[in-house]
Amino acid sequence: MNAASVRAAPETGALIELRDVTKTYGQGPATFLALRGVNLRIGAGEFVAIMGPSGSGKSTAMNILGCLDNPTSGAYLFRGMHVENLTRNQRALLRRYYLGFVFQGFNLLARTTALENVELPLVYRGEPRAARHAKARTALDAVGLRQWEHHTPAELSGGQQQRVAIARAIVTDPTILLADEPTGNLDSQRSHEIMDLLAALNGDRGITVLMVTHEPGMARYAKRIIRFVDGQVDSDHHNGENA
Amino acid sequence: MFWSSILLALRAIRRNLLRSFLTILGIVIGVSAVITMVTLGNGATRAVADQISSLGSNLIMVRPGKRLGPGRDEAGSPNFKARDAEAITTQIGSLNAIAPVASKSVTVVYAARNWSTTVTGSTNAYFTAGNWRLADGRVFTGTEQRAGKAVCVIGATVRKELFGGQPPLGDELRIKNFACEVIGLLQSKGQSAMGMDQDDIIVIPLRTLQRRLTGTQDVNTLMVSVQDGGDTSRIMADLRLLMRERRKIGANEDDNFSILDTRQIAEAMTGTTKVLTMLLGAVAAVSLLVGGIGIMNIMLVSVTERTREIGIRLAIGALEREVLLQFLVEAVALSALGGIVGIILAMLASLGLAKVMQVPYIFDPSINLLSFVFSAAIGVVFGYFPARRAARLDPIEALRHE
Repeated sequence: MNAASVRAAPETGALIELRDVTKTYGQGPATFLALRGVNLRIGAGEFVAIMGPSGSGKSTAMNILGCLDNPTSGAYLFRGMHVENLTRNQRALLRRYYLGFVFQGFNLLARTTALENVELPLVYRGEPRAARHAKARTALDAVGLRQWEHHTPAELSGGQQQRVAIARAIVTDPTILLADEPTGNLDSQRSHEIMDLLAALNGDRGITVLMVTHEPGMARYAKRIIRFVDGQVDSDHHNGENA
Repeated sequence: MFWSSILLALRAIRRNLLRSFLTILGIVIGVSAVITMVTLGNGATRAVADQISSLGSNLIMVRPGKRLGPGRDEAGSPNFKARDAEAITTQIGSLNAIAPVASKSVTVVYAARNWSTTVTGSTNAYFTAGNWRLADGRVFTGTEQRAGKAVCVIGATVRKELFGGQPPLGDELRIKNFACEVIGLLQSKGQSAMGMDQDDIIVIPLRTLQRRLTGTQDVNTLMVSVQDGGDTSRIMADLRLLMRERRKIGANEDDNFSILDTRQIAEAMTGTTKVLTMLLGAVAAVSLLVGGIGIMNIMLVSVTERTREIGIRLAIGALEREVLLQFLVEAVALSALGGIVGIILAMLASLGLAKVMQVPYIFDPSINLLSFVFSAAIGVVFGYFPARRAARLDPIEALRHE
């Protein structure tokens, strides 16, 4: 499989689907079961918050959904395609063309301007310089940081850094935006700004947003809340319904 | 993919100016130290060879004692006499000049100045054999040589120390306890291969030296100058036989004198400077190694930051080989830049130092290439391999790297 075939993945049924996914870490007596048979279907355009206590497997599930990690058993279907059978490079291409990531720790490149950080995914897509600049500026505009494009992460506040990270995640027009505790390092006002931004990206652009959080105040922005306990889905409901 | 990796590598170099500078600095110091030291060593070797050939190309030295150099066992080895020189003149052909030489260190006085130097007693043959030319005045007359007159020919250093700017010819110096008229001035020869001042010399007739300074008939050295095209090895063999006969050495006894030609002396001395060059090169190689360890340090210190960076790149969809290519290009570019700057710096430093040390500058391509390749290899190995380890991690693990 090459880049073209990854891009041409068929669009059938749910956007992503986990079937009986398990994940174990370690070997022998030190084996730890992070996921114990997870079944999940997420459709295009959803805004899903994954919640749960520490060690409940929510981050592990997120890494598998983000094609950063492979399940130990079970199937992960992305647009009907079996991700668990893909090689490292094929998964990298999936990330390149379909996914955008936002991390708790921002993970911007140090000493690199906001503009260069945002255009980085486009470099790997082989886009020409002029197109990269234009798209990166549009993305920075969308997060309200156009006038900060020449600043490095050290010169930006935490909230601004996270918005640069969001701009980097959306500059490629991803199918899914995965955010792992995106507000974990921010105060409540910045957190709400970031959540407003994610909600707007979901509402206005139709980007599917998957977010891991343990703050109920942040989960309230999502349309659907999936709660993990002990490596299994404990509850899955639309926002406003009772668990 | 190739061009974007180069672009990313150049950007990374620009972003991390300090780190890049330190890496380059390590290579620059190592490369330039090795090249400079070896180049100067080669220059010194050449200078020694040049000066030895200025001695006179076909010179044979006959000395008492079995060995030449420090610790030579002169005990029991009688000195030569002036008659030995005469015997050589009559019995061996194809010779330019045979000079019996004896010398003594003394203090000489002119007006209120004095100067410690070596007074050499010999004949006019000494000037021929030693490749000396007169700058002014004349050499000894036959009468002066036979009668042991108090006349002398002085070198440029003696002239400078005693007479300053005055013309020395016709004036008298005091050598120990006798007055001696200056009749000739030698052209300057400069430093000898051993670093001694060859112009610090006073030549007087042999007989004058024997009568007034040493009080013996002894001759320390016989300098024999062979004609161009003369068979040096045959002459050396003849000399040996003649000397054994004159010194009455039995068939089973070893020589109690030694015969050396300038080629052998040259070989011995250039051999010494070659050893010194190797020693310098070894010292410089250590500095190259230290430079390499510096590079290693900088690369390893930045591994944490780089591992996270690699994690970010992998997460946003970079392929392992794209990340590796970027880091390889970065390491190659830094190492090559450091190597080139080091070579240029070495060239400037060795040109300057060669001038100061008065040795010729000789460009040695092999040492330039060798040190360049070595430093580049260090840069590439320590820039690339930590990155390769990081690129093989799962992106999540790389991102979590602390």
